[in-house]
Amino acid sequence: MTTVETAVGTSKTMVLNMGPQHPSTHGVLRVLLELDGENVVTAVPDLGYLHTGIEKSCEDKTYSQAITLTDRMDYLNPLGNNLVYCLAVEKLLGLEVPKRAQYIRVMMVELQRISSHLVWLGTHALDMGAMSVMLYAFREREEILKIFERFAGQRMMTSYIRIGGLALDPPAGWRELVKRFVDMMPARIDEYEELLTNNRIWQGRLKGIGYLSAETLIAMSTTGPGLRAAGVAFDNRKAFPYSSYEEFDFNVPTRTESDCFARYLIRVQEMRESLKIVRQAMDKITDQGPIKSEAPGIVPPQREKMKTEMEALIYHFKIFTEGFSPPPGEAYVAVESPRGELGCFIASDGSPKPLRVHFRSPSFINLQALPQMVKGQLIADTVACIGTIDIVLGEVDR
Amino acid sequence: MPQLANANAGVVIERLRAWKSESVAQVIEYRGETTIVVPPRLLLATAEQCKQDPQLNFNQLSDVTCVDRFPNEPRFELNYQLLSIPRAARIRLRTSVSGQQPVIDSLEPLWPGANWMEREIFDLFGIRFEGHSDLRRILLPDEFEGAPLRRDFPVEGKR
Repeated sequence: MTTVETAVGTSKTMVLNMGPQHPSTHGVLRVLLELDGENVVTAVPDLGYLHTGIEKSCEDKTYSQAITLTDRMDYLNPLGNNLVYCLAVEKLLGLEVPKRAQYIRVMMVELQRISSHLVWLGTHALDMGAMSVMLYAFREREEILKIFERFAGQRMMTSYIRIGGLALDPPAGWRELVKRFVDMMPARIDEYEELLTNNRIWQGRLKGIGYLSAETLIAMSTTGPGLRAAGVAFDNRKAFPYSSYEEFDFNVPTRTESDCFARYLIRVQEMRESLKIVRQAMDKITDQGPIKSEAPGIVPPQREKMKTEMEALIYHFKIFTEGFSPPPGEAYVAVESPRGELGCFIASDGSPKPLRVHFRSPSFINLQALPQMVKGQLIADTVACIGTIDIVLGEVDR
Repeated sequence: MPQLANANAGVVIERLRAWKSESVAQVIEYRGETTIVVPPRLLLATAEQCKQDPQLNFNQLSDVTCVDRFPNEPRFELNYQLLSIPRAARIRLRTSVSGQQPVIDSLEPLWPGANWMEREIFDLFGIRFEGHSDLRRILLPDEFEGAPLRRDFPVEGKR
């Protein structure tokens, strides 16, 4: 158990245990707060309640089997996790993915970004006492999950992005489905902003809370909206484009206040930028074309071929029994998840199972800044700070 | 779209060699990524050079991971992903740690963000980081025995 040393005799402090069942910790985070009255003296996060050993389990699976585990880390961003893992394996293999599949990947992860920000917005507003926003945000998120269900057959644990491409072709009528959503969404974002942005209570709860300087945030390895709210325009989609992001036209919103309110504004702005990317991706995706690269022995053959061609059947059998073996080497790939830099490091020893899979999860690393962020603030502001760091405990503990 | 511009890697290697030639023990190029192998005793100094040299300016430590090469010796490989936000450049530093005496310098004095990353490796691989301010288990309970991410630790756990 984690213990907090209290300065007995010098000041009157009290230790309060927040979590792991506290609703505003967004999962099973436990924070030990040493309090002086209502002010936080020290905060010690205690993690690991959701540790499932995903990195260890990956070592016992073939490269393609491990995809399903990645869904379950950051459960608000399963497609992003699939993407980073597949990009890393593809890099190890030196595999090129067809452009059409890359654009579909971009469209899906940007929809995922919107849905993740919606959950953040809804739950954070709920923490701050604005209950109705959650109902609105979840209404729109449901529309995105319906799109995912049509594409992948699954609402949440999609495993849609596979090594070398995608699991399935987009469903019939997908264009209308996505178009209806992107046409509807801007007005809905305006609605949330009308409810919150100029709301005096909302501003009072967030403005000037949880300030950290850009230098501190960089030194603490923070990435994502938290860093951009401090004026650092770092975004992996721009700095190290992957999956053809260099062909898309979008802005990286930044603010300079670096408080909870700035982080809120950044996320709202990011939803609008994501909609722009989704629109561009829809134009780029052709109706016909490959969704997987041609790589026998790595990418499963088409179903029809498997039933008529002996060779395809053999490859299919081999992929799903023994898997494939990338040459020995290491690869690190980083993508911009809704929470920051999501990295995947894979080491191969030339066998069909990875020697080591490591995920650099943004929630875990961003959470490190919490003790500094809440020092000297009120308990109620601790809730605001945890909220705007935007952690997903499945990803923190892995 | 290379993740690491080779021009950048060239500059890093050149600057490090000019500073201290023995700091670059080996350079590994693979799939457009450059790994600089650093002798363990020079890790902290080399990392500091990467951070302080204004032409390199690696101001953020993105990630630290360990790879267990059991039963080879030295069995642990530590990989440090450095990121320069102003230059939009990455580089990987690698060093090795022996299985008999798994101790290495902590990079926390350079980047406070290394704190939890190193605690995670201490927790799951049992490597000690010298100069770390708060080396405790982070994900597993304190009473847990062993280091589960080592290759000789069974996947189904020890009974």
